[in-house]
Amino acid sequence: MTRKILRINMTDLTATYEDIPEKWAKWAGRGLTSAIVFDEVDPTCHPLGPNNKLVIAPGWVSGTPAAPSNGRTSFGGKSPLTGTIKESNSGGLSSQKIAKLGIAAIIIEGQPKDGKWYYLFINKDGVKFEDASDLLGKGMEEVDRIMWERYDHKPAVIGIGPVGEILAANAGISVNDPENNPGRYAGRGGLGAVMGARHVKAIVVDDKGGPGVEIKDMALFKKGRKKLTNAILAHDLTKPGGGLNAYGTDVLMNIINEAGGLPTRNFSSGQFEGAAKISGEMIAEMVEKRKAGMTGHACHPGCVIQCSNIYPGPDGSIIASPIEYETAFALGANCGIDDLDFVAMMTKECNDLGLDTIEMGNTIAVAMDGGLLEFGDKEGALALFDEIRNNTPLGRILANGVEATAQMFGVHRVPTVKGQSMPAYEPRAIKGIGFTYATSTMGADHTSGYTIAPEIAGVGGKVDPMTYEGKADLSLAFQATTAFIDSSGYCLFIAFPILDIAEGFEGMVESVAGVMGWDLKAEDVVELGKEVLKMERLFNERAGFTNLDDRLPEFMRYEPLPPHNVVWDVPDEELDKVYAWVHED
Amino acid sequence: MQVEVRVFATLRQYLPDLGIGEAKVMDVPEGTTFAQLRDMLGLPADEVKIIMRNGIHVEPDDVVQDGDRIAFIPAVAGG
Ligand code: SF4
Repeated sequence: MTRKILRINMTDLTATYEDIPEKWAKWAGRGLTSAIVFDEVDPTCHPLGPNNKLVIAPGWVSGTPAAPSNGRTSFGGKSPLTGTIKESNSGGLSSQKIAKLGIAAIIIEGQPKDGKWYYLFINKDGVKFEDASDLLGKGMEEVDRIMWERYDHKPAVIGIGPVGEILAANAGISVNDPENNPGRYAGRGGLGAVMGARHVKAIVVDDKGGPGVEIKDMALFKKGRKKLTNAILAHDLTKPGGGLNAYGTDVLMNIINEAGGLPTRNFSSGQFEGAAKISGEMIAEMVEKRKAGMTGHACHPGCVIQCSNIYPGPDGSIIASPIEYETAFALGANCGIDDLDFVAMMTKECNDLGLDTIEMGNTIAVAMDGGLLEFGDKEGALALFDEIRNNTPLGRILANGVEATAQMFGVHRVPTVKGQSMPAYEPRAIKGIGFTYATSTMGADHTSGYTIAPEIAGVGGKVDPMTYEGKADLSLAFQATTAFIDSSGYCLFIAFPILDIAEGFEGMVESVAGVMGWDLKAEDVVELGKEVLKMERLFNERAGFTNLDDRLPEFMRYEPLPPHNVVWDVPDEELDKVYAWVHED
Repeated sequence: MQVEVRVFATLRQYLPDLGIGEAKVMDVPEGTTFAQLRDMLGLPADEVKIIMRNGIHVEPDDVVQDGDRIAFIPAVAGG
């Protein structure tokens, strides 16, 4: 069967299954969410108003049999945090289940006339609009549990916590994992508030009896799937027992610290003396010592890399899943906190309340810089989550992210681009990632063009992190390839093996071509990716963004970053090269 | 001359006495290269992907200097 668009209108509480119009037919995942937002959302609309939409799309290969790590979901809309277009990408159970119901995208639009809150139940028979009043105010741990009690077949639960209900700009969208934990997040950019503005508390997806995913050329698909799987299993980083599998993404903590690029104490240093204590190696040690939790956890069925983890407390009970490098940086190093148990407890709060951990950690760091707490005050930091849970005025400020908080506390050191705060790589010490932060259509975002691979890790080539020559092209190449992978449904982490192993790259291309019945070549990847970037860039231009928004914060130009004592010295013209092609082609 | 060496992630198994992030302080002869130092420590060449000196990438044939803070790093990345 051909894929359908499921349009959910919250104003009149109707659901319709539409044929995919020709203009969207080739897209999936991020390509599809961005195409729909580009076509249907007025770039000048208020993100929380009636004219924004939330779009949810699995990728090309999501839900296909045994394609490795294929369960990523794209969430799109206009971002309340940045005012730009947004695609936020999550693991968890949702992608494969939506895809197996034959749905290419779910578009949620409108707002209930009666002001009531709903949750949606979607299965092979259609959509039910259910009263959500008993779920209001509840955290995602409870919502996930209730939904698994209420429904059979261990459904996917997409939901927002209390901060999504108050339409806070740092509200993420939670997706449950195979253990029904709420830790997989489309976290960045406040899309939880876009969902909340439609008065949708949760979306439950049961794919039982669904038609499954149509594969146009099974032989080609199988050939590609095999090559890709082999590359993942062969590469030192992604193989079983390799860096990601054994330690998770937090394997980077010590390395980026060593390189002097670990943002520490609100981006005032590139090295943190407590890095080892919050590193991936320490997570693995705790799992071993406490004989509980696990490393090598899969965030969705069929992930062969398994970079996730479940972190145990001192008594062997589970605190949170997962502790990522980004989480440990933001809630740890950037707040001057070197206690992994506290990082885990704060992660649990974020996952339950519905907050993006990166933005939240950076928010606490900015508040510390503004004098609310001392850097390193872990008890104080943890207590701030009570302010958010109790919806106090301070809690509401914090739930709105770094820029809102910096303004309230009179802080000039504001590590944001286009309203979104920076992830765990210091652009003064690693210039290429600064190009991505500055120019990404998403605001400061590492995943949208991960130049760290060649700049630090020696994956996909080796380049000097301290220079800016050639970085505009490097960032664009990564941004374009990423836009393709984000459309595929594959986890972005397949990029590491396929950048080094050409057969793996071919395998990714062939598996996508097999599903879609395309004649697709490796060189088409960047071209398709650029088509996605162009839609996003044009949306942002129409929303009022110009090259002047593609800049890093001013303090980075005059505050030298220890230990290398470097500033952001990249000329603006270099940054403007990244997207110059948009109006040239 | 004296240097301090750190190993991370999957390379830690070759220096099991070192705590996480802990440095091994070593005396090495003048003119030692990073490749030689790597071999002295028993780190398999094909598992060492990156070598850093004072936070800057170096090549295996570069020569170690007195007081260097050195890190041997396997394949890592993430996000
Ligand atoms: S590699 Fe990690 S983030 Fe990616 S799909 Fe697997 S468990 Fe999830």
